[in-house]
Amino acid sequence: MMSTEHNNTAVLKKDKSSNEVLLEVKNLKTYYPIKGGILRKTVAVVKAVDDISFEIKKGETLGLVGESGCGKSTAGRTILRLLEPTDGQIIFDGQDITNVRGTSLRKIRQDFQMVFQDPYASLNPTMMVGHLVSEPIRNYNSKSEKELKPEVMDLLAKVGLPEDAYYKYPHEFSGGQRQRIGIARALALRPKLIIADEPVSALDVSVQSQVLNLLKELQDEFDLTFLFIAHDLSVVKHMSDRIGVMYLGGLVEVAEKDSLYADPLHPYTQALISAIPEPDPRKKKERIILEGDVPSPIDPPKGCTFHPRCAHAMPECQSVKPHLKEVKPGHRVACHLYK
Amino acid sequence: MSTNPRQHKDAPLLEVNNLETAFSIDGTFYNAVDNVSFRVKPRQIVGIVGESGCGKSVMSLSVMKLLPKGIGQIRNGEIIFDGVHLEKMTDSEINKIRGKDIAMIFQEPMTSLNPVFSIGFQLQEVLFNHMKISKREARLKSIALLKSVGISRPEKIVDEYPHQLSGGMRQRVMIAIAIACQPKLLIADEPTTALDVTVQAQILELLKEIQEVNDMSVILITHDLGVVAEMCDEVIVMYAGKIAERTDVDSLFHNLKHPYTQLLMGAIPKMDEEVEKLSTIKGIVPSLKNMPKTGCKFAARCPKAMPECLTVTPRLAENEAGHEVACLLYETSQPKQEVNT
Repeated sequence: MMSTEHNNTAVLKKDKSSNEVLLEVKNLKTYYPIKGGILRKTVAVVKAVDDISFEIKKGETLGLVGESGCGKSTAGRTILRLLEPTDGQIIFDGQDITNVRGTSLRKIRQDFQMVFQDPYASLNPTMMVGHLVSEPIRNYNSKSEKELKPEVMDLLAKVGLPEDAYYKYPHEFSGGQRQRIGIARALALRPKLIIADEPVSALDVSVQSQVLNLLKELQDEFDLTFLFIAHDLSVVKHMSDRIGVMYLGGLVEVAEKDSLYADPLHPYTQALISAIPEPDPRKKKERIILEGDVPSPIDPPKGCTFHPRCAHAMPECQSVKPHLKEVKPGHRVACHLYK
Repeated sequence: MSTNPRQHKDAPLLEVNNLETAFSIDGTFYNAVDNVSFRVKPRQIVGIVGESGCGKSVMSLSVMKLLPKGIGQIRNGEIIFDGVHLEKMTDSEINKIRGKDIAMIFQEPMTSLNPVFSIGFQLQEVLFNHMKISKREARLKSIALLKSVGISRPEKIVDEYPHQLSGGMRQRVMIAIAIACQPKLLIADEPTTALDVTVQAQILELLKEIQEVNDMSVILITHDLGVVAEMCDEVIVMYAGKIAERTDVDSLFHNLKHPYTQLLMGAIPKMDEEVEKLSTIKGIVPSLKNMPKTGCKFAARCPKAMPECLTVTPRLAENEAGHEVACLLYETSQPKQEVNT
């Protein structure tokens, strides 16, 4: 806070991320309709993602954290246009892709890929690994599987799978190895952006660390930009340059990871960070225990959605919805406590 | 069961000696828990950590005698709870202890409650099984129990069904059922794994509070070393069905010895440290069928493995006071620390 020399852009510790913005999300909203009655009319909407804005620079990793139901996965899927946005804009590499359809959408999709959470459910069990990994490439050109074999072998080696994996089926692999297959698939088209939705939450810690290391290595090698979605804050911190915290469909805080962990501003972020069990019995930290559960996104509280559970709630929090404001350089928070 | 736990203050509440539990795969039995011994003292919280497939859940199921019939069986060893041998008990005998003196909570609060019965019914089921109690009393008691686990509006919740509750609330109900008969030992198998961090914090706080109020011992099974650090007095690290290290919680985090524990600790990203690369353990846990027959089961993945690790099975032995390790590096009779890197 003392120096203002880095006022403009976020301080870049690693020179891997440039200043060029790869993805910009503006006021994105995704609502799911709830149908009811005999006429199947929309009786209510679930505001899964409600007005979020952020940007990701080239080569950067933005982490998105939040608890189940906060809308982080919906946000990721909407950006990939796997879900239709209700409102807002998605600008990828300078092009507005919010309303792109058909062949042009298909073309853009080469540039962004997804790594899914469940390595058991996201791979077709009847397909050979070689077939699985070459599938994305075959989707975009007419090369035969035979022609693609050297390329696929290369990809398998890159993600640390043995050569004979090419002829095997998903069930012959462990969870960590399956996740490697998923990563190889995502890499096949040399995308610019990879959205990783809880890529390690189904894995054991020792395997988790292998996959996290792999993702970091690949990022350097292929100049990848990541949107890393997870609920585990220590994993997100390890992977990300900047982190966005979501609560009930909204983005409540975005900051450089060190700034976020050293000085969390939003009361929800504070509670979330304090809730992480510290793997060191000598460190006894002050814990903020939140009361109650996350309210339903069908009927979110008025004003700030966090106010019913917030220890610092003021009268205006019940009526006025706070918007993201830059409080410190590169540190934005949506909370009335900071004016 | 008539017992006198206050006879010796430090007498263990639960004593497991040389337990071997095996599972049948294609007709052959393989040991999922292999010669494991440990003790749980009254009022102690013992953590059991390890990765999937290390046998931690099977061990707790053995203690509760809940192994799937015909597939899993206790082949050897003793389980002594409060002076009574559990391993020899018949089903009807163990039924009197299960749910009353030893209770268990499971990982999945979604699937461990019956969806077609009300919360109150499921709570009262335990009470009727183990106590002489009238319907009215049972209802009042279940409301009181729900209140004690921090559920607001217990009078309403008691008539609701599991699907009407959130994950955290369901886990609270599970805890209420588990503590209904004031058990002496609570086995909690990954009680917070399916929950969000803020809810996890609530549940851990609640478990600690109940443990103190009820003077319970707790066996906490988890893969999360953070949870262990916060909750436990003593920790058992398991690998491939065997205990690799057993110690008090402070030395686990500050004076750990077994190479497996060291690698496991380095593999978790820490909040206050910045590392470019996390430590990894090469390979994966061998399956039951492919488990090495001789030597240390971790040898193939161990960066400090010596030639004799493949042939000599390490014994779990006290290395420092209260700190046991099963590793040849620490066995004094063996030639010390051969440099091989």
